[in-house]
Amino acid sequence: MNDELTPEEKEALKDVASKLGSFEKQRGNLIPILQMVQEKLSYLPTQAIKVVSEHLEIFESEVYGVATFYNQFRFHPPGKHPIKVCLGTACHVRGGGIILENFERKLGIHYGQTTPDREFSIEKVACVGCCALAPVAIIDETVHGHMAPSKVEGLLMRIEIEKEMEERARIKDESCG
Amino acid sequence: MNPAGNEKIDQRFNAIYKEAEKRRNEFRDAPVPKIHIGMATCGIASGALETKKAFEEALDEYNIEARIHTVGCLGHCYAEPVVVIDHPDSGFPPIFYHEVNAGKAKMLTKLFLKEGDPRFEHVYGAMEENDLIPWVMEFARFNREKRVVMEKCGYIDPEDIYDYIAAGGYSTLVKALKLSPDEIIKEVQNSGLRGRGGAGFPTGRKWELAKNTGEQEKIVICNADEGDPGAYMDRTILESNPHQVIEGMAICAYAVGAKKAIIYVRAEYPLAVTIVTKAIRQARELGLLGESVLGSSFDLEIDVFRGSGAFVCGEETALIRSIEGYRGMPRHRPPYPVQKGLWNKPTVINNVKTLASVPPILDHGADWYREIGTQNTPGTAIFSVVGNVVHAGLVEIPMGVSLRTLIFDICGGIPNNKKFKAVQIGGPSGGCLNEDFLDTPIDFDSLTEAGAMMGSGGMVVMDEDTCMVEVSRYFLDFTQNESCGKCTFCRIGTYHLLKILERLTRGEGEDGDIELLETLSKDIKAGSLCGLGKTAPNPVLTSIKYFREEYEAHIYEKRCPALMCRPMIAFYFDLDLCARGCDACATACPVEAVFTTSNRKKGVDQELCVKCGECMVVCPPEYDAVRKVSPPHLVPHIEKPPEKKKED
Ligand SMILES: Cc1cc2nc3c(=O)[nH]c(=O)nc-3n(C[C@H](O)[C@H](O)[C@H](O)COP(=O)(O)O)c2cc1C
Ligand code: SF4
Ligand code: SF4
Ligand code: FES
Ligand code: FES
Repeated sequence: MNDELTPEEKEALKDVASKLGSFEKQRGNLIPILQMVQEKLSYLPTQAIKVVSEHLEIFESEVYGVATFYNQFRFHPPGKHPIKVCLGTACHVRGGGIILENFERKLGIHYGQTTPDREFSIEKVACVGCCALAPVAIIDETVHGHMAPSKVEGLLMRIEIEKEMEERARIKDESCG
Repeated sequence: MNPAGNEKIDQRFNAIYKEAEKRRNEFRDAPVPKIHIGMATCGIASGALETKKAFEEALDEYNIEARIHTVGCLGHCYAEPVVVIDHPDSGFPPIFYHEVNAGKAKMLTKLFLKEGDPRFEHVYGAMEENDLIPWVMEFARFNREKRVVMEKCGYIDPEDIYDYIAAGGYSTLVKALKLSPDEIIKEVQNSGLRGRGGAGFPTGRKWELAKNTGEQEKIVICNADEGDPGAYMDRTILESNPHQVIEGMAICAYAVGAKKAIIYVRAEYPLAVTIVTKAIRQARELGLLGESVLGSSFDLEIDVFRGSGAFVCGEETALIRSIEGYRGMPRHRPPYPVQKGLWNKPTVINNVKTLASVPPILDHGADWYREIGTQNTPGTAIFSVVGNVVHAGLVEIPMGVSLRTLIFDICGGIPNNKKFKAVQIGGPSGGCLNEDFLDTPIDFDSLTEAGAMMGSGGMVVMDEDTCMVEVSRYFLDFTQNESCGKCTFCRIGTYHLLKILERLTRGEGEDGDIELLETLSKDIKAGSLCGLGKTAPNPVLTSIKYFREEYEAHIYEKRCPALMCRPMIAFYFDLDLCARGCDACATACPVEAVFTTSNRKKGVDQELCVKCGECMVVCPPEYDAVRKVSPPHLVPHIEKPPEKKKED
């Protein structure tokens, strides 16, 4: 794994460090702090764990111990477009597993992984509370209900097209300005 | 509280109520149409944001004045996005429209709001009794429900505290503040309210124990961890009517003598967190929370704690551990949280629905509540009925209604002419019941007797295409993952259960596996500390009990009767039915396993096929030529693949 932080991540880490001041040095703040860090950095890099451990004056191993207990925390950077496929009971009986496989096949990665270009990552989650729309997938922050294998391709394509359009707009901007 | 104090409370609250009433009347009496849009997570997932935007744009375009009112969720998930349009000038009552996408929104704005034509073909029903359109209360999905906890869900704007107050909200807190804590506890006890978090512990007793600890500092926690992967009623309540939960918490805190309360919300519910946080702030601003609530001597601060996604943290002692900043591992009870809870202080932990039941109980009285439901479990139950069922959604019914009424009469039965097979109740702790139980009245005790559990109230309906062995495997995969690891039997036992079940679903079952599953299950139940381990084997035990032949088919015939376990099935095309020209299957197949040979015959390359079933979905119904068989060697004639053409 590449442990180097990107320049943006370094910026975010500084931001984290300055935000820590607003949390009292109490053990009870550990989970809220980790949540804050993950909101800023979208995962918990080793460097951040260290900062948290120093602030709360507890061992890094303790911080890891707590963070790894909970499903919410990630230790690898997610893709720019995180994909979460629901495998809760309702989604499972309605074919959520097949939706997951389709994403995996289309992107060439397994759940828990990120594409090499860091564009997409896939996670499985247990119920997002929209069971009546099962099977459900979340891309970025948007919940998509009644998923079907054919919809997987469409959704990924839409992101690709949007990206291309942005790219074109950027090139146009650059050539104009 | 002394009478002078009471007067002050009344004065303070009346001023707030007047304001709420004024706002409500102003909205109600405005001579323009009103559009109510359901905007909980589920509505948004179905496109409610686009719907709202389409209404706004269309109103602009056609130059119509109307008010948009964003509300929570009615629980009619099958119909989302749901919109109610109240257009008095048209002469029609308020109308319930279902599945209103952006296009429909635009069309309704033009044709109904502008031209007065309600477009009957899109009308679901009317919200009031009238002569023109059937009233929704004539439908079983509406009239068989009894709404106590969810009474206001879907009618009020969860982000506007005045909406709740104008609908009678917080008046029960006012009433409670004028009673003594003992009077409140007595009333809750008399109502027979039992905790809705799963175990059904009498709420009044819990409060009394907490009150009588004699400690100075006490804490109230609302458990909104809702970890059952298939249940979402707590989310919906928090997103649709957060203030009823807050009001219940305030009453509880006053009764037990707590000044601090926490709502523990699941990480996967970002919208619920936002809405509850906002609701607390609004309540504080109006003096309904904070120091000296409504001028009384009662103080209360409520904080939101976001859970981090661990099922076991729904268990009360694990939940406490996680707020304290540790790994959420349950501990031995006693001491119970009411004796030694968060930070060793007496702590009352109640579920969202339990707390939200309190305001209606105090408002209408214990006797009223006792009239609803059964002798042992008064009140209502909220189920999320999902899976293979027509009118999926949240249903609040009196305790004691039968599963048949719930699944068939209220929720419309099984779609696509399939047969009912089982219903899974209570999630990973619960069990699968077969049709013999359809007429059992549902309450805590009857479900426990059947080997299932009320649990959270998650109910997944399964049709004949669902494999019970596979469902057990699914739940064990879940509990095995979520076991905190403290008890050997839970940690390692569930792992072995899972391994056996995985073998069965792969077609590698052996003689003796069923017995092994049973003994291991019993040992896990006996050797586990908390409810997770104690109940984890329930899905296995109930499915063996009620669907034993299915296990046997997997083991002795290597056959999956429901045609669900993928290693044990194969797909083929019935060439007598196949149109041989449409190619829908070949186009849909994600792995190009479908090939065409002489006479345009279609075949499946079994080596490539991943058994996704897409070909079956896309094959036009008039041909319906795709077949599934188990065991796979029954595939009739495997066509030879065509000669591979050299590509150049
Ligand atoms: C593994 C496990 C998970 C639980 N999950 C929840 C939950 O998600 N929500 C809940 O209210 N109670 C849950 N409970 C029950 C709580 O421990 C506790 O009994 C309940 O919150 C008490 O509230 P009540 O008296 O209002 O039912 C769970 C229990 C166990 C053993
Ligand atoms: S039964 Fe399982 S989840 Fe519960 S305390 Fe023991 S190991 Fe942890
Ligand atoms: S089941 Fe799926 S993989 Fe197999 S042939 Fe049909 S579409 Fe292709
Ligand atoms: S099971 Fe997928 S949203 Fe609930
Ligand atoms: S539509 Fe809101 S709970 Fe389902």
